[in-house]
Amino acid sequence: MLRIEDLHAEVDGKPILKGLTLALNAGEIHAIMGPNGAGKSTLAYVLGGRPGYEVTGGAVTFNGEDLLAMEPHERAAAGLFLGFQYPVEIPGVSNVQFLRTALNAQRRQRGEEELSGAEFLKLARTQADALGLSMDMLKRPVNVGFSGGEKKRNEMVQMGIIDPKLAILDETDSGLDIDALRTVGEGINRIMRTPDKAVLLITHYQRLLDYVRPDFVHVLAAGRIVRSGGPELAHELEREGYGAIAA
Amino acid sequence: MTDVRNREAFEAAEEAAKYKWGFTSEIEQEFAPKGLNEDIVRFISAKKGEPEWMLEWRLKAYRLWQTMQSPDWAKLDVPPIDYQDAYYYAAPKAKPTLASLDELDPEIRRTYEKLGIPIEEQKVLAGVEGARKVAVDAVFDSVSVATTFREELKKAGVIFLSISEAIREYPDLVKKWLGKVVPTQDNYFAALNSAVFSDGTFVYVPEGVRCPMELSTYFRINAANTGQFERTLIVADKGSYVSYLEGCTAPQRDENQLHAAVVELVALDDAEIKYSTVQNWYPGDEQGRGGIYNFVTKRALCQGRNSKVSWTQVETGSAITWKYPSCVLAGENSVGEFYSVAVTNNRQQADTGTKMIHLGKGSRSTIVSKGISAGRSNNTYRGLVRVGPTAENVRNFTQCDSLLLGDQCGAHTVPYIEVKNPSATIEHEATTSKISDDQLFYAMARGLDQEQAVALIVNGFAKEVLQQLPMEFAVEAQKLLGISLEGSVG
Repeated sequence: MLRIEDLHAEVDGKPILKGLTLALNAGEIHAIMGPNGAGKSTLAYVLGGRPGYEVTGGAVTFNGEDLLAMEPHERAAAGLFLGFQYPVEIPGVSNVQFLRTALNAQRRQRGEEELSGAEFLKLARTQADALGLSMDMLKRPVNVGFSGGEKKRNEMVQMGIIDPKLAILDETDSGLDIDALRTVGEGINRIMRTPDKAVLLITHYQRLLDYVRPDFVHVLAAGRIVRSGGPELAHELEREGYGAIAA
Repeated sequence: MTDVRNREAFEAAEEAAKYKWGFTSEIEQEFAPKGLNEDIVRFISAKKGEPEWMLEWRLKAYRLWQTMQSPDWAKLDVPPIDYQDAYYYAAPKAKPTLASLDELDPEIRRTYEKLGIPIEEQKVLAGVEGARKVAVDAVFDSVSVATTFREELKKAGVIFLSISEAIREYPDLVKKWLGKVVPTQDNYFAALNSAVFSDGTFVYVPEGVRCPMELSTYFRINAANTGQFERTLIVADKGSYVSYLEGCTAPQRDENQLHAAVVELVALDDAEIKYSTVQNWYPGDEQGRGGIYNFVTKRALCQGRNSKVSWTQVETGSAITWKYPSCVLAGENSVGEFYSVAVTNNRQQADTGTKMIHLGKGSRSTIVSKGISAGRSNNTYRGLVRVGPTAENVRNFTQCDSLLLGDQCGAHTVPYIEVKNPSATIEHEATTSKISDDQLFYAMARGLDQEQAVALIVNGFAKEVLQQLPMEFAVEAQKLLGISLEGSVG
């Protein structure tokens, strides 16, 4: 589904990714772990197409298409979802309005019918219920006045509504207490754990992986994947620290 | 080669599509001779079949205007205007009075249809609960071409007609109030308007009547080199209510055109007037060529106890806007409100705001201004809150928010607060922010393209004001904000 080959990228002229290679197939969940400054968030932004994150070498294909040639909104319409480490506040725009506008923009790009207000609200209610967010919260402005945990759950509600093919989740576990961590983990499994979808979980800690069991774990250090393995690698990292493994 | 030509054609088409109201209608027009002098004032008055007192009123205004100076205190760069190089009267050649709308020039009708303005007698707005009706007065260049629903309004006792007709049919009412809220000598443009106003709308809502539908005037400048000087007078008698909307467009032209309107509102005891404007005059091109000079004086007199006037404006058009819809809160416990969204892009300039003059005890006012600047434009909020010495327990709340797109535009907030009574409570809040890259990327990562993302964020910023508009206009206004800012980021 996603093939990253020898990816190089820089921010403000500073090289961050230095030859990253990774492949995800449908039905797989991959976790990328690594110390601060390894390039984890840069990888997420590069895949999402954020301006300012400049690709200087390599290639990325998404279901056979050149991902790097697409605009961010085209990547979204193609089925790529980026879960933000720090979800952004948009004052005056309700979650419902934001998501319905976004979903229908994606559907238009794909040549699909737009959802009516009633159809959308039904979908939103189902997803909000599953993640323990009230409809009242969905009617409030996007992320404004939300706690850290609410913002992350809101990201999962968005993912459920948008129903992507590939989710890249950037430190979705940061700032979550143990209950919220479980809810978010269950959300990821419910929405994304199907044979036709894939997830790239970017995380600093092993704890989310207790709820979302990855098929593969990769260690990112200094802009490259330095080690890959199964779920046991996450535990090894937790035990021994990044220093021993990334060295 | 073909590619190049295709691209050029595409760009040309895009350019033309930017201001989609920029077309010109081919209509046989009747003009007054070019220029401005007493004979032109007489010509306009005669064309309108006005009584002698009205002509005298105009001539007095004209003579006064000649002694006055164009105001220069606003943060605007206004090129010199040659008042002799314009037409002050342009009218579609047709019968002066129409027996029914069927007699309306089909080309004018098509113009309004293109603009999406409902002129048909029985326009029922789709998708609106209870299928509300909107009565429309359409002003084409200098004259009112159609007023709808007149009979139905008459049954309720509401007078809604062009000001020219009102001067002939209800001279006492007009005489009583014309120039009472905005005196001729108020300012340069008000004096000019008083001399040469060619049409506009008159509304009178009698005591205790709640106007059964929204009233609306649609202004269109079509002819080249023509100024539009409309005059609107709305009187809400005791205990009455009326909601009034105006919309404006003009063709795309290289030269500048002047629009100097005067709007006067009067609210007596317990009366309420809600006045909404969606101003989309041609703003000029990206280099600042052409566009309308929108120099408008709008003022309400809340004369009665518990009277209320609410101004809501969405200003996206015009090359230069100079406009301060104000409230004189003379009545005890009277209420004034001003809700404004002003968008400037490219080389547009706007200096707009309000004046809340508190004279009555317990009078209250609310000001919410949202300025959005993009391109190389300049956007200024200028507002006065004045509390007179005998006005006890006055309250005012002012909120001014500015949103910047890009780094070549300007946003300015100029509040004036003059309080002569110590019991007053005055609050002022102001913020300036930029659309952040974080917000844009977040929205784009969810599937919106850049312009949709900007439109969404801007609409969120302006929400408090937009929700004051009647529903059917709020949707239009939201789209307009997006269109006005196209190409402003990236």
